[in-house]
Amino acid sequence: MSVVTIEGVTKTFDGGTTALEGIELAIEEREFVSLIGPSGCGKSTLLRIIGDLIRPTAGTVRVNGKPAAQARADRDYGIVFQDAVLYDWRTIARNISLPLELARWNRRRRGERVQEMLRLVELSGFESHYPWQLSGGMQQRVSIARALSFDPALLLMDEPFGALDEMTRERLNLELLRIWEASGSTIVFVTHSITEAVFLSTRVVVMSPRPGRISDVIEIDLPQPRTAATREEPRFFELVTRVREALHLGSDHDRDLTAPRTAEAPS
Amino acid sequence: MATIAAEPLAERRRAAFVRSAAARVGMLLLVLAVLWGFWEGYRWLWIREGWTWPFVVDSTTMPHIHDILQALFRRPTSGTGDILLVQLLHATWFTAKEALVGFALGATFGFLLGVGLSQWRLLQRGLLPYVVASQTVPILAVAPIVVIYLGSLHVAPWFSVAVIASYLTFFPVTINTLRGLQSTDRRALELMRSYAAGPISVLWKLRIPAALPYIFSALKVSATASIVGAIIGEAPSSIQDGLGGFIVNFNQYYSLNPENLWATNLIAALLGIAFFLVIVGAEAIVVRRAPEHVA
Repeated sequence: MSVVTIEGVTKTFDGGTTALEGIELAIEEREFVSLIGPSGCGKSTLLRIIGDLIRPTAGTVRVNGKPAAQARADRDYGIVFQDAVLYDWRTIARNISLPLELARWNRRRRGERVQEMLRLVELSGFESHYPWQLSGGMQQRVSIARALSFDPALLLMDEPFGALDEMTRERLNLELLRIWEASGSTIVFVTHSITEAVFLSTRVVVMSPRPGRISDVIEIDLPQPRTAATREEPRFFELVTRVREALHLGSDHDRDLTAPRTAEAPS
Repeated sequence: MATIAAEPLAERRRAAFVRSAAARVGMLLLVLAVLWGFWEGYRWLWIREGWTWPFVVDSTTMPHIHDILQALFRRPTSGTGDILLVQLLHATWFTAKEALVGFALGATFGFLLGVGLSQWRLLQRGLLPYVVASQTVPILAVAPIVVIYLGSLHVAPWFSVAVIASYLTFFPVTINTLRGLQSTDRRALELMRSYAAGPISVLWKLRIPAALPYIFSALKVSATASIVGAIIGEAPSSIQDGLGGFIVNFNQYYSLNPENLWATNLIAALLGIAFFLVIVGAEAIVVRRAPEHVA
C-alpha cells in the first residue's frame, strides 16, 4: 500500500491562479521523495495538500489509505517548515513534547520520548535551553525531533534547510539521512536545490510552473547509505545534470541555456 | 572541572548584576536631582524676572520641594493626630486596596472579554463598538451611578470604588488581548493544525502564550489607570479614608497649605510607580522571550 496517493489533484486559488493541475503521484513506504521546481511551481502547495493544511480544488489525496483529512486527524504525519517555528516560551524539551501533549501522552512517557528524540538529533543536554539560545541549524534539528516525536509514518518537509548556510545544510543533509534510516519513516521533501534533492532522495519529482505540473520523475539509484563521498561520485553528477535538464525543459524560456552547461554544482 | 568553571562564571554574573543595579540606582538619583534642579531653577528664574507666563510663580503655585517634603512630617491640622506622612500611608493602603481589587476585576474581565471577542467574530462585530463607546463616557459620570446601584445592594463603599477602577482597567486589556490573540504566527497555527489540535488547545498552548507580551503592555497601562480610577471614584462615594478624600480636602485648602496637596500627589505617584513595577516584575517572571524582544 502506498503511503501517499495523489490522484488528479488540481488547486485553483481564489484569485483564479491555477497553482496545480492534474497531479498524479504515488509514494511508497520508506521512500525519500523530493519535490523540486522553480518558485511558483506549486511544490509547497502540493506538500500542504498532502498534509491537509489546504484543500485541493479537485482530485483526491490518500495518506496511509485514508483521506488526507482523516490522516491529519489521526496524526499520521509530522511537518517541518523552512523556519523551525519553535515556541519561544517553551524550553527545547517542551517544544519537542508539544505534539505528545496534544496526543495526551502521560508525563513519564513524554519525558522518555523527549530524551530519545534529543539523542536522535544529537542535542542531548539542551533540553532546558530556550529556542533563542540555539543556532539556526540546532533549532531546525529540534523541529525535526518535534515532527518525529510521535513516530509518524510520514514526514513532510518544506525547504527545511533553505534558510541555513551551505555548510550547515550539507551537515544536516547527512544527519537527515541517518534519521531517516533510524526512524524508518517516509519523507516528502520540498527543495529548490538540485544537489540537495539528488543527494537525499530515492526519487526526485520535477515540477514546472504556470500551471504547476509534474514534468518528470527521476529515480535516484545512488547506493545507500550515502556519505559525504557520494557527492563526489560521477553518477551523482550525472543525476544532477539529468535533474537540471529536466528542470530547464520544464520552463521553456530557459531551454536555450541548458545545452552548453556541464555538471557543476549549483549553489 | 565543571564546578571550577562554573564558580567564576557565577561570580562574574553576580558582579555584572550588582554593576547594572548600581547603574540603575545612580541613574534614578541623577534623574531626581535633575528634576529637582529644574523645578527650583524654574521657580527662581520666574520669580526673579517677574514673568507671569504661563502662570505666576510663587509659593502657592510652586512650593519649594523641601517645603513639600517637610509637609509630610508635619501634622496637617493643628492639634493631635499623626503626621501627614503616616496619614497618607494609611490612605495609600486604603486606595491601593481599592485599586488592586479593581485592577484584578478589570484585568480578568478584560482578558475574558478579549478572548471571547477573538473566538466569535460575530460577537466582535456586535460588541466591540459598545466596548469602545464605554470608554468615551467620562468616569465622573459613571462613578455616581455605580455608587448608587451598588449602594442599594448594600455593598461596601470601597468595593464600589473598586468597580469604578475596574471600569478604567478592562479596556486596554481587552483591546490588547484581542490584538495579541489575532497576531499569532501563521505557521505556528499551521503546525497546530497538523497536530489536529482543537480550538481550546490552540488557544491555551499557542494563542494566549504568544499574546502575553501584548497583554502585559496593557496591564502596565491598566495598573496605573486603576489607581486613577480609585482616586476619582472616592469622591462620589464620599470616602474620606483614601487618597481621593485627602486630595479633595487639600484642594479646598490649597491657598493655605499648597504643600499638602503636592505631598499627596507625590505619594499617589509613588503608588502608581509601585503598581507599575509589580507588573514589570510579573512580566519578567511569566514572559519567556528572546532577550532582544524584551522591552
